[in-house]
Amino acid sequence: MTGWLDTLLVLIVLTNLKLLGTSRLGGCIRVVAAQGVLLGGLPLLAGGGLLAPRALLLAAAGVGLKGIVFPWLLLRALREAKVQREVQPYLGFTASMLIGAGVLGIGLWAGSRLPLPTAVRSSLLVPVALATMLTGLLVVVSRSKAITQVLGYLVFENGIYAFGVGIAPDAPVLVELGILLDVFVAVFVMGIMIFHINREFDDIDTERLSELRDWRPE
Amino acid sequence: MRTWTWLHPLIALAFAPLLGGLIARTKAVFAGRTGAPVLQPYFDLAKLFRKGAVYSRTTTTVFRAAPTVGLAAIIVATLVVPFGGAPALLAFPGDFLLVVGLLAIGRFATVIAALDTGSSFEGMGASREVQFAALAEPALFLSLAAAGLAAGGSSLSRMQAAASVESWLAAGPALPLIAAALIAVVLAENSRIPVDDPNTHLELTMIHEVMILDHGGPDLGLILYGAALKLWVMGALLVNIVLPFRAGDAWVDGGISLAGMVLLAVAIGTIESSMARLRLTRVPQLLVGAATLAALALVLVLR
Amino acid sequence: MIPALIALPALAGVAAFTLKRDAVRRALLIGAAIGHGAMTASCWWRRPEPVASGWLALDAAGLLFLTLTSLLFLASAVYAAHYLRHEERGRRTDFKEGLLFSNAPEAVFTGCLLFFLSTMTLVCASRHLGLLWVAVEGTTLASAPLIYFHRHHRSLEATWKYLVICSVGIGLALLGTLCLAVAGAGSEGGPASMVIDDLIARGGTLQPDWLRLAFLLLLVGYGTKMGLAPLHTWLPDAHSESPSLVSALLSGAVLNCAFLAVLRSQQVLEAGGQGDLGRNLLMTFGLASMGLAGVFVLGQTDYKRMLAYSSVEHMGILALGVGIGGAGARGAMLHAVNHSLTKGVLFLVAGNILHLYRTKEVAGVRGLVRALPISGPLWIAGMLAVTGSPPFGPFLSEFTVLYGALEQGRSVVAALYLVFLAIVFVGMGQTVLRMSQGPLPEGGPAPAAGRPAGAAEPWTSAMVPAALALIVLMLGVYVPPALDAIVLEAAGLVGGR
Repeated sequence: MTGWLDTLLVLIVLTNLKLLGTSRLGGCIRVVAAQGVLLGGLPLLAGGGLLAPRALLLAAAGVGLKGIVFPWLLLRALREAKVQREVQPYLGFTASMLIGAGVLGIGLWAGSRLPLPTAVRSSLLVPVALATMLTGLLVVVSRSKAITQVLGYLVFENGIYAFGVGIAPDAPVLVELGILLDVFVAVFVMGIMIFHINREFDDIDTERLSELRDWRPE
Repeated sequence: MRTWTWLHPLIALAFAPLLGGLIARTKAVFAGRTGAPVLQPYFDLAKLFRKGAVYSRTTTTVFRAAPTVGLAAIIVATLVVPFGGAPALLAFPGDFLLVVGLLAIGRFATVIAALDTGSSFEGMGASREVQFAALAEPALFLSLAAAGLAAGGSSLSRMQAAASVESWLAAGPALPLIAAALIAVVLAENSRIPVDDPNTHLELTMIHEVMILDHGGPDLGLILYGAALKLWVMGALLVNIVLPFRAGDAWVDGGISLAGMVLLAVAIGTIESSMARLRLTRVPQLLVGAATLAALALVLVLR
Repeated sequence: MIPALIALPALAGVAAFTLKRDAVRRALLIGAAIGHGAMTASCWWRRPEPVASGWLALDAAGLLFLTLTSLLFLASAVYAAHYLRHEERGRRTDFKEGLLFSNAPEAVFTGCLLFFLSTMTLVCASRHLGLLWVAVEGTTLASAPLIYFHRHHRSLEATWKYLVICSVGIGLALLGTLCLAVAGAGSEGGPASMVIDDLIARGGTLQPDWLRLAFLLLLVGYGTKMGLAPLHTWLPDAHSESPSLVSALLSGAVLNCAFLAVLRSQQVLEAGGQGDLGRNLLMTFGLASMGLAGVFVLGQTDYKRMLAYSSVEHMGILALGVGIGGAGARGAMLHAVNHSLTKGVLFLVAGNILHLYRTKEVAGVRGLVRALPISGPLWIAGMLAVTGSPPFGPFLSEFTVLYGALEQGRSVVAALYLVFLAIVFVGMGQTVLRMSQGPLPEGGPAPAAGRPAGAAEPWTSAMVPAALALIVLMLGVYVPPALDAIVLEAAGLVGGR
């Protein structure tokens, strides 16, 4: 069991690195979808028993939402926006990947420092969750296209979800479903906003969204 | 002394160019051609050794010595790499550092000779080569270090001895990561697609070929033979650390390793046929990715 | 009762999306607001029982903020009826840049307003920390379409920033909630209950390191939504680009709901014996917010942004009050009431000004007292109130916070507090007085649609802020005992007197 869980976590790390290194928007969306599917399998391996109904329900909801619905929403938003489908990062790809590797190191260091009261199934779980969160934040901050900001937010939420599955595997199903629902509505609303951004600017680059400020150079 | 300890260097010296021929034949099959005969590299080498050499007036002794130095380095490396389940001739703890160092000597000789010509094309190739090597070497180091830690010893022969089905299952996801990183490094160091196209004739897109533009005759023969040996050495590294099948009998193990090398050649040919060469700005990302995978494997093994 | 409070606006929201006729929809909005207000008022009579095994209950702080939300929503609903009737249909011209834009469909606006009320009610009533998170994120998502009512690129920018910054911030709060679950896991290894009452009861067994980490994350996360500096960057844009009644709700209701979430975190922290850390952090953030707001209020050229920074300042006062503790906490609770109502007045009046003068620049507005006989004096009165002048309500509450600081001997804090208040007073006073006095601009302000220049101000749009202003005035002179009791009880939750 531990071996499978470790493999799953390593695959999640690989999706993080791939996201940092991909330049095409469609590719980025598919990588995040793959990560969502991998995370859907997490409750089955890390939480209660393999076939506990609670774990199955959460796994099904996770895979369905993150693996199917979100990419469909985002790909549709991307299709509507007939824009240049390349990511334009403030931070180069090589630097992003190196920082991603560094972030993994930070996650491992922090994970070994935090004293975990309950036994976590794998010692990789907390570091990978932290690394995923930091990768998500890195993507939000260093990419300028609106869709990549949504993807960064999704990866950030994925990291928190992984952390939650490892740390508090017995949280009420209702809360977990509520969180999933919130993330779904968030992605939905953001997708609509991207559609409007595209209609407004014929472009989904958030550099255009810098008009409002307090001091204008005279 | 085990059979393959002394047989491996002989086999390597004899059959290294065959790998290149196999790769070319695989690509031809993919392209629907008949292609050159598998033994073509031998005919090329024979042709080159019969020719005379022409030396430019701007070159010095360095240029003349470089092919020999490079070949010598790689022949010594052949003695350190294990094969067929038997330890290598020059095995000692930490010998993987020696292998990497010898490869570096070979690379240094080529680069120095390229700079010695004073031509801008060779200089461009030299700078690209060194840049990519700077990224590939950490990947190589980290993956070999991880493999060594997983095997419980820092000698390559020890790593080979430890490779088995049980160790694969016990180490979990670390060994596939090491294998992936090593494949990327093999492709990069031996100037294969997706890092470098060996068949291109446009100087601006070359990396390795452009460095040896000015060599001719026997010198070129030495360099090509050295490159073939280098592919054999790195391929042997990959195959023997990764392949987990050991039968105990010397000939069966040797046969398995040889089959692994053939498989590796076919795999490289397949990769070359199915991918396009990466943009030069993307190659560092590939190598950094490989280094990260190796680092991840190291961390997993250290846990 | 509590499920009805949450369900009524939600169902009304669903209905609003399906209705076709605008007049019916506006009537539904006002009807739902009145119904919600009536149910909230009945809660004062008799506190409702906890529901859903303790997940939903109204304690003193929840009831206080629910009342504020409900009252402000009722005011906004009545104002909205007039506002929506006079918004031009179809293509409009932006007065700032002259570009063409259109409004969002009214059904979307009204529906999202009602969902907004429903999620805010859920925040006030939630006793389970996970449910609280879901509700706070829900308020963000329900209010985003509201900000994007006037569909042009500036409001789009404001909405996008609001969505991304608040969602990421609230994500950090979710991480904090998870850390709190770890802190509460305890040695038995059983599942940790995230109901606040359970956590407080088990305060002694909470693991201190995880509890501190959890509080830090919760403060940063919910503080982003609350508008504490330096996490407030979405606030000025969102408040200035959205329609005025939405700004009133954002400033007066949603910031309070985020503050409620911070309060809950502080409650748990106190129960775990780490209350000092929380108080110090709150004081630091509070003073930073006040200082930063003061800097940006001086010389501000957009009067709605000025009001937004004023909200940042007052959120700082709330945090500072809770951080000081004792009488400061009581002052903070009372100040929440006063600030919400006063901001309601100010934003609704700003809406009237915008409607008449067609500009958000301070330089473009002159002679307000003459042009709008009711809203003009209300604008000045609102400024005096929000900067803490007697005889208005905020003076009492800000004075109580100051008293709390001096009582504990925190003279540096008190001195900084007064300095920052003074800076804001000067900044806002200057701007508001310049806008209100003087002659009308040449040619008079642009006539509003359907109203000839020089006609008297329509009383329908001025009546609502006037009513709120009267309440603020009354609170400055006389605090009803029922309100005082609730404020005291709410303050007692975080150790106030």
